[in-house]
Amino acid sequence: MARILELVLNGRRRVDAVPDNLLLLDYLREVVGLTGTKTGCDGGECGACTVLVDDQPRLSCLTLAASVNGQGVDTVESLAQDGRLSAVQRGFHEKLGSQCGYCTPGFIMASAGLLRRNPHPSDQDIRAALGSNICRCTGYVKIIEAVKYAAELHAGGVAP
Amino acid sequence: MDALPEFALVRATTLEEMIGVRARHPDSRLLGGGTDLVVNIRRGILAPPVLIDVNDVAELRAIRADARSLEIGAAVKLAEVAAHEEVMRHYPVVAQAAGFIAGPTHRNMGTVGGNLCLDTRCLFYNQSEWWRAANHHCLKTTGEVCHVAPKSRGVCFATFSGDLAPALLTLNAEVDLAGPAGKRTIALENLYIGYARQDRPITESDGDGKYYLSLRPGEFVTAVRAGNTAGLRSAYDKVRIRRSIEYPVTGVAVALRRQGDVLADLRVAFTGTNPRPVLLKGTAELCGGPLEGRVFDGLDALVRDQIMSMKTTFTPGHYRRRVAGVLARRLVARLFAG
Ligand SMILES: Cc1cc2nc3c(=O)[nH]c(=O)nc-3n(C[C@H](O)[C@H](O)[C@H](O)COP(=O)(O)OP(=O)(O)OC[C@H]3O[C@@H](n4cnc5c(N)ncnc54)[C@H](O)[C@@H]3O)c2cc1C
Ligand code: SF4
Ligand code: FES
Ligand code: FES
Repeated sequence: MARILELVLNGRRRVDAVPDNLLLLDYLREVVGLTGTKTGCDGGECGACTVLVDDQPRLSCLTLAASVNGQGVDTVESLAQDGRLSAVQRGFHEKLGSQCGYCTPGFIMASAGLLRRNPHPSDQDIRAALGSNICRCTGYVKIIEAVKYAAELHAGGVAP
Repeated sequence: MDALPEFALVRATTLEEMIGVRARHPDSRLLGGGTDLVVNIRRGILAPPVLIDVNDVAELRAIRADARSLEIGAAVKLAEVAAHEEVMRHYPVVAQAAGFIAGPTHRNMGTVGGNLCLDTRCLFYNQSEWWRAANHHCLKTTGEVCHVAPKSRGVCFATFSGDLAPALLTLNAEVDLAGPAGKRTIALENLYIGYARQDRPITESDGDGKYYLSLRPGEFVTAVRAGNTAGLRSAYDKVRIRRSIEYPVTGVAVALRRQGDVLADLRVAFTGTNPRPVLLKGTAELCGGPLEGRVFDGLDALVRDQIMSMKTTFTPGHYRRRVAGVLARRLVARLFAG
């Protein structure tokens, strides 16, 4: 079965015909061509595929594309504006929150989700919010520094 | 690009519509957050022809809690339960259990109904198709033997690992069910039939790791309800391999009442150990006196007797059982102390 999927993807309205069994992850990567969202474990265990659905972090590898009909989906591609990195992107870049980079889009989206609902997170808030994401490289210390720095940039007016 | 086999998705908006689809498609499955179901479809374990998305069914999305009672709809998200002020205040064991499930993103997705009906888990089951095929599958799917207990006569020991069930069992919760044959309410304890007894055939009320729920054909959970008991203290604790994302090695819920220096009431329930969440039998006999060695020894004996030690996870079964006992003792002592 196929159906019409209508959503606001990265701020722009979009309509596609999608099969019922299409995962949101594959819709983003293969249909739309937005490959910033990564396929990691493919089973809900790593968070590399995290995107925001109506500002809430969601695992796109376990979400059916058809089930986000009428909602707003933001991927990592939505963050930079006119070539300028967002607060969270700058945080990960400048504070070395990224090494191989594979987990980074997922961490960035989970962090952006956090700053959208809580612009002044404590260390504990940051740790809790990133609890569905795994990084094999950084050891997490730099990631937490990156998000703290992003919150400072955000307080200074940079979009998360 | 077809990561998943073909199925039809029904985005239901009313309970009646759900019941109708269930009647027409007995092999359909309810889709809550999909954090269990989609993984299993992906791994070739299940291939339901129809999925019924419950997330737009307003009747299933209500949560109501006050000092007298608690009622949570099946489509309520775990994150909502964990952060609900009144649930935290009056039913802390439930809020804490919800907050310990998987990770924060999973809790934005996972539903209460999906958690209560979570498929049982096993080292030989939660694997990819080729991994399982290399082992000639097992009883829970299409195979002939149980790799955990090769001498098992047709009985599967896969472990129930949902965290909400034990919490709700300590509150004597009930579940509301609906299906093509009508609506009914049963004790939550009777939803779970994974007794996995070698000496009895599997029946409608006596199942195992494969037949672990007492749901009738087409039936599903619509809500879970519990009353409050004045003076009840409750809490949840859990051990897992890492503090996020992982399923429990074991989870323990305790609810007790203290009158002066007397342990007046004690209820203890576990997950991650048996093919059903286990509400420990025999705790009433431990009550009526002060909290002393006798109570803890008695609790240990009940755990040894009722908690299984089958090796269905990476952690050895006897270790899991010991952890269960230790967690229970600690929680009882903490709650009694205040
Ligand atoms: C990495 C990872 C770690 C996890 N860790 C934990 C953990 O620590 N503790 C834990 O408890 N869970 C854990 N989970 C499982 C899961 O996230 C939660 O249990 C969640 O609550 C499941 O709900 P869901 O809505 O996503 O279920 P779904 O996947 O949508 O459904 C699960 C099953 O229940 C059935 N179902 C759904 N709703 C109903 C209903 N109303 N009536 C009858 N049947 C229904 C479905 O058909 C399916 O068979 C983990 C999952 C992952 C991927
Ligand atoms: S307990 Fe045995 S039958 Fe059940 S899933 Fe594990 S190996 Fe398979
Ligand atoms: S790819 Fe989605 S959680 Fe790993
Ligand atoms: S930077 Fe390599 S996995 Fe996180």
